[in-house]
Amino acid sequence: MTTDHRSTRDPGAVRDLVLVGHGMVGQRFLEAWTEQPAARGWRVTVLAEEPRPAYDRVHLSSLFGGSTAEELALCPGGFLTEHGIDLRLADPAAAIDRSARLVRTASGTEVRYDVLVLATGSVPFVPPVPGTDAPGCHVYRTIEDADAIRAAAASARTGVVVGGGLLGLEAAGALRAGGLDTHVVEFAPRLMAVQVDDGGGTALRRRIEELGVTVHTGVGANGVLTGPDGGVRGLALSDGRELPAELVVFSAGVRARDQLARDCGLPVGPRGGVVVDAHCRTEDPAILAVGECAQAVDGRVYGLVAPGYQMAETAARTVAGLVGSSSARVGSEGAGSEGAGPDASGPAGEGFTGADTSTKLKLLGVDVASFGDPHGTADGALDVLYSDSRSGVYRKLVIGTDGALLGGVLVGDTEGYDTLRPLAVGGRPLTVAPEQLVLPAGFSSAGPVALPDDSVLCSCHNVTQGAVRAAVRDQGCDSVAAVRKCTRAGTGCGSCLKRLGTVVGEELEVAGGSAFKGLCEHFAHTRAELYEIARVTGVTSFTELRDRHGSGDGCEICKPTVASILASLGNGHILDGEQGALQDSNDHFLANLQRNGSYSVVPRVPGGEITPEGLIAIGEIARDHGLYTKITGGQRIDMFGATVDQLPAIWSRLVDAGFESGHAYGKALRTVKSCVGETWCRYGVQDSTALAIELELRYRGLRSPHKLKAAVSGCARECAEAQSKDFGIIATSAGWNLYVGGNGGMTPRHADLLVADVDRETLIRTIDRYLMFYIRTADRLERTSVWLERLEGGLDHLRAVVIDDSLGIAAELDELMNRHIGAYQDEWAATLADPERLRRFASFVNAPGTPDPAVTFVPERGQIRPARPGETGHTLNAPVLVAGARPEVLTP
Amino acid sequence: MTVQIHDGTRWRTVCDLTDLQPGRGVAVLLPDTGQVALFRGRAGELYAVDNLDPFSGAPVLARGLLGSRGDRPTLISPMYKQVYDLTDGRCLDEDTAPDGTPAVLRRWPVRAVAGEAAA
Repeated sequence: MTTDHRSTRDPGAVRDLVLVGHGMVGQRFLEAWTEQPAARGWRVTVLAEEPRPAYDRVHLSSLFGGSTAEELALCPGGFLTEHGIDLRLADPAAAIDRSARLVRTASGTEVRYDVLVLATGSVPFVPPVPGTDAPGCHVYRTIEDADAIRAAAASARTGVVVGGGLLGLEAAGALRAGGLDTHVVEFAPRLMAVQVDDGGGTALRRRIEELGVTVHTGVGANGVLTGPDGGVRGLALSDGRELPAELVVFSAGVRARDQLARDCGLPVGPRGGVVVDAHCRTEDPAILAVGECAQAVDGRVYGLVAPGYQMAETAARTVAGLVGSSSARVGSEGAGSEGAGPDASGPAGEGFTGADTSTKLKLLGVDVASFGDPHGTADGALDVLYSDSRSGVYRKLVIGTDGALLGGVLVGDTEGYDTLRPLAVGGRPLTVAPEQLVLPAGFSSAGPVALPDDSVLCSCHNVTQGAVRAAVRDQGCDSVAAVRKCTRAGTGCGSCLKRLGTVVGEELEVAGGSAFKGLCEHFAHTRAELYEIARVTGVTSFTELRDRHGSGDGCEICKPTVASILASLGNGHILDGEQGALQDSNDHFLANLQRNGSYSVVPRVPGGEITPEGLIAIGEIARDHGLYTKITGGQRIDMFGATVDQLPAIWSRLVDAGFESGHAYGKALRTVKSCVGETWCRYGVQDSTALAIELELRYRGLRSPHKLKAAVSGCARECAEAQSKDFGIIATSAGWNLYVGGNGGMTPRHADLLVADVDRETLIRTIDRYLMFYIRTADRLERTSVWLERLEGGLDHLRAVVIDDSLGIAAELDELMNRHIGAYQDEWAATLADPERLRRFASFVNAPGTPDPAVTFVPERGQIRPARPGETGHTLNAPVLVAGARPEVLTP
Repeated sequence: MTVQIHDGTRWRTVCDLTDLQPGRGVAVLLPDTGQVALFRGRAGELYAVDNLDPFSGAPVLARGLLGSRGDRPTLISPMYKQVYDLTDGRCLDEDTAPDGTPAVLRRWPVRAVAGEAAA
């Protein structure tokens, strides 16, 4: 036996902190401890059982998706060295000698401590039934466990997971990922019995069974069946059935690892766990315990990582605080347990008195959330619920007799969780009828629910909404970026950034009267502000704009927005130079990305008028390239199934046949739909087709905050549906009526009449200014219908600006439109003419011309469609003879 | 400079560095091992991850935008806009793909070496 004596120059000053266990909570303790000023002058030794430093156990299942053990590592490279921490791997603590203040390790080393922190975690619970030690039986907690399961899965066909809770379903996901026929056996009558109710369990079960996992509830494991070689051959169930399987994973809960504490006489709870107070101190003032091995002051043992982290931080403050205020307390002889403590808040400030165990997670791809009191255990608690078995959505809210939200269960659709959880945890009354909140996203007409300031906004760094408001109000933060720097809110996972932006905006509005509507984390400006900056300063690149007015490397919000602004202002071809790196999915290849990675192609057909030769050309091109064709809602023809390397060839023929880009891929003018008008129609009063063609050619290629759709009807019968368009014109016997701000689609809006009975010239001038005013002032992806609703002063203001020039900008707007019309060029013809622009149209950089083998099709109704998973399709590298490709086959 | 990706067995030359536009990606076809999305960041750094988008099952990630979230360099799927941390391949928006597997992209070792790529 060796004893670890270390020489010190000043034994009075240097003290020993020993941490037992280097799991997630142990590592968090070390991080929190090293941030304490009091940590200087302490030596830290960590005794770890596992052969590797702390790693992210929560994401263990990612090992089955290609992650490596290194990627799960939590302890950064230089962390231990930097803080002089002595981490001893694979040498667990074996015994504690409290009187001598020594820990003895499995290898026989003795380590002296002044303060000892236990973070030994828990062990998986394996039911006491026969056969659980047979080869093929596993638990699921460590990287080694995961490796063993993966190795065993390679030669197994069927796997059974015992336990249908959170961990069990994680393990089932891992087995599914390994390609195993997977069963889940749960003793309780439903899955995730702790977190969800019967209805939620049923919805969850249905969704999981759809993924091919077989679920058995209300049965236990009676024993593991073994074959002649001693290996697993199945599982005997309590209802007498036998499930054949080569692999069994026990994931039926965990038990606190408190043996060290028991052996040295420290009190443990009735269901395990070292008893600690609100400051994570055990009965022995020199020993603390944190995480899953401890029973918190509320009598619970928390098996989630977030409460563990809170305990780790509390323990670090306890040790530091006590040392700082009275070095005689922790680690000194004779100091009794704290009891009620000398002051209510305790020596280390905020203690750990319990945690919210609300959870939101995705198990096997199914969204599940549970918060507050999900089972409605309070007296008089009432349920409000929505259940739709077709879509697998189940949402229940528990409401108290006073109308306060107490808790809830959300399965299949967890929309609103971030708002509902703090309300339930705080026991707040609802400001909105609960039946509105329980409806899934898109069905509810309820406005936003006001959250209290003590609700946590950023859970990664535990920043409340009130702290964010205070940073704006009292600390002079005037942007999301400043608030992030000041409070650290939003710097963790980033999931709260949207709400952070809203709260900062609200507070800035209160403070200075101007609402914050920053685009994203990289720009604190609105789209309209960025447009003005670019227009006035003449900035022509994202980098320049970012350097002067933003930060970071951009994202899917600001890059396409800036690309659109630069295009609206006329900055040459959208694929040239740096602009090419900003274009969103469709603009990037000047085509519409479809679900299997192929593209569709839409040539412009102005006003929907097309010659027979044009129709034949499109037909021939589609036939020769094996494309699927469909008539669009905008009176043109869409050709589907092209791969990126086919696009130039297809477009080369379209351009030769006289077609040009239809901008179906862009946030730009799409079509100006029309009826045949007075030329043919016996009711028509004006030539709607001619006007539609003129307008479509005038505004083609005009990039805007969102797509623009238009129509011209030749009479009041409105066959072109002009009143559902961004701008629509209806012929009258005296001229034209112009309607604006209409929309079809998801949120229909009937357009408003802007001007009536005007002549062609007035009409076009009014549309010019309306469009340019919209492009100048709208938010990103804001259709004209929403913009008009939001526009201060509404239709009257719009009329004043574009007719009476109330802002004095009409000449500018006219000039911008003239510039656009003058600079228009067909993007596709210009692309084909430039080898540099064409370079990107290769499926593979190292194999140009090779069609993507992963984009395949099968025949259907005489054409092609994308092959579904599991179907064997063909690629479109050469014209493919599709069964029934000839028109006559389409006739039954 | 040529760009090489390690396919698990050896380094394979896949293109010339000038084939990569800063801020954008290209797809690479590796024999037997499938498709890789190769990117060049604005500062010149190289990244290589799976080209297959776990959420759509389509080989499209090479066509995504690059960006940043906080200090992390990110890739945004062109299909449904999930954001991935390029330093570890992990999806920052969702933990799990629709098929229940973890939403993590495999990362491939990538380097630029002196010399010209063979035509």
